[in-house]
Amino acid sequence: MTQSNRIKGGLIDRSQQLGFTFNGKPMQGHPGDTLASALLANGQRLVGRSFKYHRPRGIFTAGSEEPNALVQLRTGAHQEPNTRATTSELFDGLTAISQNHRGPLEFDLMAVTGLLSPFLSAGFYYKTFMWPKAFWEKIYEPVIRMSAGLGSLSKLDDPDIYDKGFLHCDILIIGAGPTGLEAALTAGRSGARVIIADEDFVIGGRLNAETCEIADGPGADWARHATTELASMDNVRVMPRTTVYGAYDHGVYGALERCTDHLGDSSGKPRQVLWRIYAKRSILCAGATERPIAFGNNDRPGVMLAGAVRTYVNRFGVAPGRTVAIFTNNDDGWRTASDLAAKGVDISAIIDSRNQDAPTQIADARVVMGGRVVDTSGRKGLTSVTLANGEKVTADCLAVSGGWSPNVHLTCHQRGRPIWRDDIAAFVPGADLPDGMIVAGAANGTLTLAAGLADGRDKATELVKGLGFTASKTPAIVAQDEPADLSAFWHVAASRKPAWLDLQNDVTVKDIKQAHAEGFRSVEHLKRYTTLGMATDQGKTANIPALAIMADISGKTIPETGTTIFRPPYTPVPIGALAGRARGSGFRPVRHTPSHKWAEANGATFVETGNWLRAQWYARDGEKGWRDSVDREVTMTRASVGICDVTTLGKIDIQGRDAAEFLNHIYTNAFLKLPVGKVRYGLMLREDGVAYDDGTTARLGENHFVMTTTTANAVLVFRRMEFARQCLWPGLDVHMISVTDGWAQFAVAGPNARKLIQKVVDCDVSNDAFPFMACAQTTAFNTTPARLFRISFSGELAYEIAVPARYGNAMMGALMQAGKEFDAVPYGTEALGVMRIEKGHAAGNELNGQTTATNLGLGGFVSAKKDCIGKVLSQRPEMMRDDAIRLVGFKPVDHSKQLIAGAHFITRGDAANMANDQGWMSSVTYSPTLGHSIGLGFIKRGHERMGEVVTATSPARGGDVQVEITSPHFYDPEGGRQRG
Amino acid sequence: MIINHPLLGPRDASEFVYLGDASLINRPDPDAQNAAELFHTYSYERANPAGEHRELWYHEQGDRSWLVVTRNTLTHAITEVEMARDVALKQGRDR
Repeated sequence: MTQSNRIKGGLIDRSQQLGFTFNGKPMQGHPGDTLASALLANGQRLVGRSFKYHRPRGIFTAGSEEPNALVQLRTGAHQEPNTRATTSELFDGLTAISQNHRGPLEFDLMAVTGLLSPFLSAGFYYKTFMWPKAFWEKIYEPVIRMSAGLGSLSKLDDPDIYDKGFLHCDILIIGAGPTGLEAALTAGRSGARVIIADEDFVIGGRLNAETCEIADGPGADWARHATTELASMDNVRVMPRTTVYGAYDHGVYGALERCTDHLGDSSGKPRQVLWRIYAKRSILCAGATERPIAFGNNDRPGVMLAGAVRTYVNRFGVAPGRTVAIFTNNDDGWRTASDLAAKGVDISAIIDSRNQDAPTQIADARVVMGGRVVDTSGRKGLTSVTLANGEKVTADCLAVSGGWSPNVHLTCHQRGRPIWRDDIAAFVPGADLPDGMIVAGAANGTLTLAAGLADGRDKATELVKGLGFTASKTPAIVAQDEPADLSAFWHVAASRKPAWLDLQNDVTVKDIKQAHAEGFRSVEHLKRYTTLGMATDQGKTANIPALAIMADISGKTIPETGTTIFRPPYTPVPIGALAGRARGSGFRPVRHTPSHKWAEANGATFVETGNWLRAQWYARDGEKGWRDSVDREVTMTRASVGICDVTTLGKIDIQGRDAAEFLNHIYTNAFLKLPVGKVRYGLMLREDGVAYDDGTTARLGENHFVMTTTTANAVLVFRRMEFARQCLWPGLDVHMISVTDGWAQFAVAGPNARKLIQKVVDCDVSNDAFPFMACAQTTAFNTTPARLFRISFSGELAYEIAVPARYGNAMMGALMQAGKEFDAVPYGTEALGVMRIEKGHAAGNELNGQTTATNLGLGGFVSAKKDCIGKVLSQRPEMMRDDAIRLVGFKPVDHSKQLIAGAHFITRGDAANMANDQGWMSSVTYSPTLGHSIGLGFIKRGHERMGEVVTATSPARGGDVQVEITSPHFYDPEGGRQRG
Repeated sequence: MIINHPLLGPRDASEFVYLGDASLINRPDPDAQNAAELFHTYSYERANPAGEHRELWYHEQGDRSWLVVTRNTLTHAITEVEMARDVALKQGRDR
């Protein structure tokens, strides 16, 4: 196919040909074309099928408001559905296919739904698919899913890169039409930092689409010169292909820059960048969007907005039709006629709804004043239009203008409500604008050129002065205001045929009437019931005419009827851009323990614990599964010595004259008299009295403590302690810092731990010199600063040794080397967990936000002599009931049975129901030390029921197990080993 | 949103963690006769105003200051930002 509809002129580079395909058909275009202009140049009027009725549809606009021309761009993993052909820049090799049809575009098998349209009107889902109920899942839903929806996803990973960025400026100018450019020139010349952004790839807005003149030359030339001047200023950033899509609090704006969408290959550069722009002030110069008039069969390919027809003719050098008719209610529509005539395109008729004299004379064009288009003909493209008197006028393109609606969208993003202006029959921005925003030009209802330029200049001058800059004294530029008389006209009432309002959602005038008749009279209800204004175009061309019709039906004015306000985004933002680099492994950073490399080299299997990656176990040759490895690690640790990286526990360094008193407020138990060189277990509550976190705190000096927290709560505990320090007890002299990442810490546990540690550290670790719960600052291997704590999570004779994190990997190797003679093993988080359950220590499963100190058997840790966070409410009667659940141990009566975490306890013989619930199993493990399964759990009055057998029931996961209640301390209950 | 930190100047709200009503500073006297009642009110009862609200924000991705921010919950307009420690001291909190 050749470019049969290409005419002279336009801002395209005819010296270069670009090849592309549409539905596999090869076509040609030029740099500067959009896909839409190239399709029209190639005579392709039918570009898609409508959402509901699968009606043939063509290109309706020339911008981001496009409801019809949505295509699937590119192929394979790069495939992108619902791309507007009107904003997609043409590149060589582009492939596009049309959407929403079964079989070829020309013979859509689903078009039969059009015949069913009487049954598919507003609310049809709610009415039609109600019965029979059984039909829903098997028949209705699959059929609806097949017929609805627009494009389809590739279902492959997106191979493109998306970035995020931050920009700051004094003045953000949104939209680079005449008003925006003049505002940017004014602000830029004053020295203010300016960002001017426009969604189009050519700066200039309507100047590129019109034949108007500025400073005695074409408007498009002025726009080009203005852009050059702006680009030469260091304080100005010109951002084409950038949509400012949202206005957020305090002068923050979201913007999407399409960096390489217009290239066949992004060459590894980001495809799009999502910008967060911080602007002291902004000027919204977003222009206006033309709206259609509703009449019978107004959705045929070839029916197009009049301003879009001018854009194709003037900017792209394309005639959207050979014989064009015009239907308008305003002077602006007439400009279409004069522009077409100037390019030699035939005009068959100008139909003006106004009962007045023709505003101008257009040679050879038939003029019908007070006229109406009631119907159109042409199956897959317009062939003629029918006037009210039945006369048919030949036309393969009908340019429609119902006036222009200011693009007030961003002014609504902070709850601003637009107000109605009768003289232009449109909503303009109201008083409640986002912080720092003013509106100029067409977006503010100033729809003509000279007035718009002046408005941009004046508003920018006002802003730069307010920011302390001196406005430049460049003389005002010369331009003319175009005629812009308009008489509101929304709908040809004489039309009997369906008249479309929302082309994307197939909403007709009849649907609005029906919604009204059924009582959906609020604008918000109307929208949701009819789907008007939804989907990718958000009703940019449909909302105002629909509102006008609603007002007409209900006998109210438009402002009385109301308007839906707009939320971000102005145009769709790809999920990929919102995600940026935060996908796959970039979604969340991974924290490696200091000995990660050593663990990797020694066969560790890793597990994610929060952001951390920790060694879970270290498999050895011949082991058949994780249980073999874990059992061996436990057994060898209990027999000799094992080593585990415990760096992930939170570490908080606390210093100050009042550090001890501060800890007294934080922990339930007393810390004031903890001697220097000693460690103490501490329990924290929430202020409501529920147990929160636990850990050990070492007193390294009179005014110096190091606290450990659980891995999961490291950040939260620190945050709460800062709150306590700054807000609750601000008079205390105490300071703290998180040192979790500063120190690598290793547990060295087992009967030979002392012998091993003595080889490493340079202090006496005999039981007399360094007893259980001692701590010291020392050195390792004569040189490395180290902290040594005699604490035990495993129940063994154990130490934890900390060295600066950078020595962590070497330390792990050195400890293993020193332990070689004792057959030392590294152990992972599984063996750690097994040993803590054998020892009966509470962990996250037990400190689950529902349990109290009493429940945990730690009631004695709540000091009666002092206050602490949570103490008062922990003493409430309900928190201290005699029959409260208690943490105890459980073992199966039949040792071959496995226990199940989450099982609930029922007194033997009772029915397994909520009324008989006695508590639950919180942690279970196979104990290699005891040779059977063991568990920790909570059961009512558990501490008084030792030896009782109850039923642990888990109906969903394997039935009942008879369990005996025991002490939670399965292993060495007297603690002789850890103290030895 | 942008919070004008008294020490660090304007900072993006994403650097902060939100806690809630600034009345959390007023932890009751644990030795009061009706301490349980006072702590109940302190822990569970908060005003939820449509309008001006004094609330606590924590500059976790910054200098770790707790701030008292006076924010209109309808418009997000922030009219005052104070160091929570100063507020607490002014209200007579000490040790």
